[in-house]
Amino acid sequence: MSDSTPHWYDDDAGPVVRLYAMTAGRARPSSEAFDLMAVVRAQPREAGEVDETVLSPEQRELLALCSREPRPVAEIASDSGLPLGVVRVLLSDLLTAGQIRVSRPVPPAQLPDARILREVINGLRAL
Amino acid sequence: MDSVRSDPSDSFLALKILVAGGFGAGKTTLVGSVSEIRPLSTEEQLTEAGRPIDRLDGVEGKTTTTVAMDFGRISIHEDLSLYLFGTPGQNRFWFMWDELAQGALGAVVLADTRRLQDCFPAIDYFEHREIPFIVAVNCFDGARSYSETSVAQALDLDPQTPVVMCDARHRASGKEVLISLVEHAGRVHEDRLAAGGPMI
Repeated sequence: MSDSTPHWYDDDAGPVVRLYAMTAGRARPSSEAFDLMAVVRAQPREAGEVDETVLSPEQRELLALCSREPRPVAEIASDSGLPLGVVRVLLSDLLTAGQIRVSRPVPPAQLPDARILREVINGLRAL
Repeated sequence: MDSVRSDPSDSFLALKILVAGGFGAGKTTLVGSVSEIRPLSTEEQLTEAGRPIDRLDGVEGKTTTTVAMDFGRISIHEDLSLYLFGTPGQNRFWFMWDELAQGALGAVVLADTRRLQDCFPAIDYFEHREIPFIVAVNCFDGARSYSETSVAQALDLDPQTPVVMCDARHRASGKEVLISLVEHAGRVHEDRLAAGGPMI
């Protein structure tokens, strides 16, 4: 029966679940830690140590995205396909729950260390 | 903030480079030629400037709009990656630039010599915030009719600001643009240190 029912919406209609339903209506994270370039990594833990069932599917996905390697907030948002604002709220929940660690980005004045810039240039040449 | 830790083992470094320029100057092309490009979407408050464009009829409760930016990663090695952000060109997205520019290593301003004036806003922005930038003239087929010097003069650039010619479609050319920017950012930083600039 359902096959013959024409869908009144398609992918262009966007997600069926309104975005901020995923964040319980919150549009701002509880922490200011989540700069675009702040590096997030999942806390290493023993199997079975954490009850992941308390996490929402979106939170579990974000956790999985930073489990294998550390990644900046912007990349987690891009890979998850969720808007940045939503990702920040969900990450702040994971931070509060002790599931992730966040490293603040290096302050601009310290960024262009000559050795690091040389590494970047050599890396670009080798691409 | 107290739960944000400084851990010496957290050695992963993520560097941010912005790619700016007028509509159609080749921002998406450049990000795509040197990195694995994907969209980064943000939900933003609608500004007054956006209201005539985003139809609100029947959705009066809607106060945010989704903005998709070009985003790309270049892995230098395990602990060091470059991230490219194509800045949204339309005026109504200016409010996003401050966050994008915060802590950026530098910026590439892509210029199309047929519409040089389109990159004035980006140049003004980076000059005022003292963010190192270079101008990359995207030479579309047969459009290479200006020298670096004449472009620098037309844009009234500081003599130290590099102008490079590129073809944003080609990876090798895009790489050279990024290398020029990183070299320039290094020089700017050294000059600031030598001048006793603030160490934050």
